[in-house]
Amino acid sequence: SLSLVTPVWNRGTSGIRGLSKAVDPEGSQRKGRTLLQFLTDRFYDVEAVREYLLRKQVLKVQKKNRSVTYIKERYGPYIAGAYFILKLGGSVKFRDREWMRADERGLSSLEFRKLQEVPLEAVDASGCAINYQGLDNLLALKELQSLSLRRCPHLDDWCLGRLYQLADSLQELSLAGCPRISERGLACLHHLQNLRRLDISDLPAVSNPGLTQILVEEMLPHCEVLGADWAQGLKVGPEEQSQDAAGSPIPA
Amino acid sequence: MNIQEKVPLRGPYWDGKVSEIKKKIQSIFPGGAWSPLYDTSHLPPERSDVVIVGGGVLGLSVAYWLKRLEKQRGAIRVLVVERDHTYARASTVLSVGGIRQQFSLPQNVQLSLFSAEFLRNINEYLAVVDDPPLDLQFNPSGYLLLASEEGAAIMEHNVKMQRQEGAKVCLMSPEQLQKKFPWINTEGVALASYGLENEGWFDPWCLLQGLRRKLQSMGVLFCQGEVTRFISSSSHMETGSGEQVTLKRIHEVHVKMDRSQEFQPVECAIVVNAAGAWSGQIAELAGVGNGPPGTMQGTRLPVEPRKRYVYLWHCPQGPGLEAPLVADPSGAYFRREGLGNNYLGGCSPTEEEEPDPGNLEVDYDFFQEKVWPRLARRVPAFETLKVRSAWAGYYDYNTFDQNGVVGPHPLVVNMYFATGFSGHGLQQAPAVGRAVAEMVLEGHFQTINLSPFLFSRFYFGEKAQEHCIL
Repeated sequence: SLSLVTPVWNRGTSGIRGLSKAVDPEGSQRKGRTLLQFLTDRFYDVEAVREYLLRKQVLKVQKKNRSVTYIKERYGPYIAGAYFILKLGGSVKFRDREWMRADERGLSSLEFRKLQEVPLEAVDASGCAINYQGLDNLLALKELQSLSLRRCPHLDDWCLGRLYQLADSLQELSLAGCPRISERGLACLHHLQNLRRLDISDLPAVSNPGLTQILVEEMLPHCEVLGADWAQGLKVGPEEQSQDAAGSPIPA
Repeated sequence: MNIQEKVPLRGPYWDGKVSEIKKKIQSIFPGGAWSPLYDTSHLPPERSDVVIVGGGVLGLSVAYWLKRLEKQRGAIRVLVVERDHTYARASTVLSVGGIRQQFSLPQNVQLSLFSAEFLRNINEYLAVVDDPPLDLQFNPSGYLLLASEEGAAIMEHNVKMQRQEGAKVCLMSPEQLQKKFPWINTEGVALASYGLENEGWFDPWCLLQGLRRKLQSMGVLFCQGEVTRFISSSSHMETGSGEQVTLKRIHEVHVKMDRSQEFQPVECAIVVNAAGAWSGQIAELAGVGNGPPGTMQGTRLPVEPRKRYVYLWHCPQGPGLEAPLVADPSGAYFRREGLGNNYLGGCSPTEEEEPDPGNLEVDYDFFQEKVWPRLARRVPAFETLKVRSAWAGYYDYNTFDQNGVVGPHPLVVNMYFATGFSGHGLQQAPAVGRAVAEMVLEGHFQTINLSPFLFSRFYFGEKAQEHCIL
């Protein structure tokens, strides 16, 4: 196997560098550590290039979430919010209109001018790369009734802390499948007292889905919470088992 | 062929040489500069541009921003000296971990706002290639500060100032409070301020580890050792008005290794005092306060360790998931911990009740007599609680005005302070680190103006008092 002599300027720090793997000890001993990681540990140039590529990814998401202030000033908050969501790949529904999605030809500005005063009622941003900054555009929609944020990869607990601004109008919220949302973010949904339907199923970062659902149901008494079935982890008790066997079978 | 002149065995040439050779032989011994005979890889380097005394969150934050704001990659060599790598007594890891913008000074609000933004984007600031992203376990539940009749006017004034700075805080009357949080007993509460965004609590250990990991990747050197001595030089100058001033400059920091007499003199250009509860001792070592009282030379750094208790209890009927960190007007506070109806809380004692900071033993009687009655009065469900455990930690308490000390010392010209935050150091650490780095690199504060927090206020008596201390 290759063994590179560590360059002189690395000598003093190689011992300390090794400590950085203490955070993820299994990772460093994983067989099949890629050649790229090997090179990154030993050459500053490779490390700099990889850091640059990482940074570029982050900047791409930030660019998508820029505030569309110029549209907001010209056409109003509803058009601005709709434009933002459509650009990210979601769909919107104005009051008394059909669901709209951006097609390949782009957004036509003609129909937008007609909808300047019509409030935006429902937004479906499933799978969009919306983050904390991008929520600015949504929070100005004071008549928003239904918000669907399924499978948004950049939506985290900090973002949920901002949703209180939609408390007056929001009736339906769906957070299913978001990888970064945990029970700590769900705690700040208590502001949304008008919420009637909440979907918190399939949240991988929530440590205890059943218990979380019970606590959220207690927190929002008027809301129907769809989530992990809290009985799914429970085993049927002995009395119930014998009852099931003795009683007549009930048709499903 | 060169004909060499015969050199006599005595005389000035040889005397000079002999003393040089003697010096060289002496430097082989421990404490000397040259060590060919034994392994010194465990010692800190002999030379470093900046030495940061204290490896807690403030010290690491200063190191991070120094490396981030340096003009050229690798321009500044930073050494972080931490006495205890297990952080057994460090205030950072023993902290309750809250972050709030509800302060009474605008600078504090700005510091907290920037720190919240830093923590929110922590995976962009502290990203390391090939390492997993950090999960700070942030609870965005906010802080609820309650005020009695006397404090209501001050609270209104503070909230107005906080809103102007950009914090999202709302005021609530007792009726609104009762409606929103039915488990609170609003007797004696005239006004409440509730932080809606960017407030809550997080895991300080994760922040510390994230900073360490990023610093190691940026090339900051770490050393486990204790600072025992500063070697400095003084120069006597005259001010414009004819007064005599003695300016000191620290040249070397002696770092003593753990459990050994071995020490390494580190030559440095700048020393940052981020030693937390022990900053007062470090400042004394550097000669801060050695002088007749009432002069700038005789002004000590008024930071001392104060012990605070944090208790963990279980209460099955306690406040639900929506509970913020509630702070009673009497000084008692509590917050939820996890999903299982466990709560953390404590109370700041008055001056007379201050416990002895010699050790970190917990006094459960303090909970029985002082904390529990106040909590049970405010939240009746807490009458039936059961204490699970408790721990104690230090505040780096600033006895002058309970606010941080940031910036250089006027007389010891290359010592910078980043300490004295009296319980809100963790939440302001990212912003304070940036301010100190700006001071070191540029010479003045660029983003947030922390001139009310300079050391000279202790001499001039200008208090920058922070009223909302938990």
